[in-house]
Amino acid sequence: MNENVTIVDCVGETCPVPLVETRKAIRKASPGDIIEVIGTHPASKKEIPMAVKELGLELISIEEEGNMWKIRIKMR
Amino acid sequence: MSKATIIVHSGDMDKLYSALIIGNGALAMGMDASLYFTFWGLMRLKKGGLEKGPLSKMHFLGIGKWMVKRKMKQANVRSLEKMITDFRELGGKIFACDMTMEIMGIQKEDLRQDLITEYAAVGTYIKEAKESDVTLFI
Repeated sequence: MNENVTIVDCVGETCPVPLVETRKAIRKASPGDIIEVIGTHPASKKEIPMAVKELGLELISIEEEGNMWKIRIKMR
Repeated sequence: MSKATIIVHSGDMDKLYSALIIGNGALAMGMDASLYFTFWGLMRLKKGGLEKGPLSKMHFLGIGKWMVKRKMKQANVRSLEKMITDFRELGGKIFACDMTMEIMGIQKEDLRQDLITEYAAVGTYIKEAKESDVTLFI
């Protein structure tokens, strides 16, 4: 399958940057596209999934390694 | 769609941060967001005025603000300029109070017209606020 993946690198960024950059990527994406957000800000790890739910998108996964996290979102 | 409407009455730097962070947060969560700049808040929309606000507490003739700005830089907090650009890019609306412009003798040319969506009065605010789920006065 040919998936269009956008990486949003928010490593070292703080509130509200990860949320804002994720939203920007979502606005530019098309249905079926994957958005992968990488970051270190602890609160954003909880809040990005909240935004995903509010926006009616699909949360594929949340992975964590050390203080880094990776959230995968699928556009509908 | 749900909406957040915020009056930005204060021109203090820290309060402008609050308004822009909440506004951007609302947009990120899929809401509409409007910021109404009035009185001291409108001063921050003058050309070159965005970062000029004092700290609402412990300004200490600028020393307090300098310290807070240094801490913000260490924490990698985005500048007000970047935050207000993000806000517009995500579809947020910025209203400038035209009564304040009249009282303070501000012309459109004095303001950041690149950021302003509309010049409006209280009626527009009430109409927007009525349709909003979140309304704040900062």
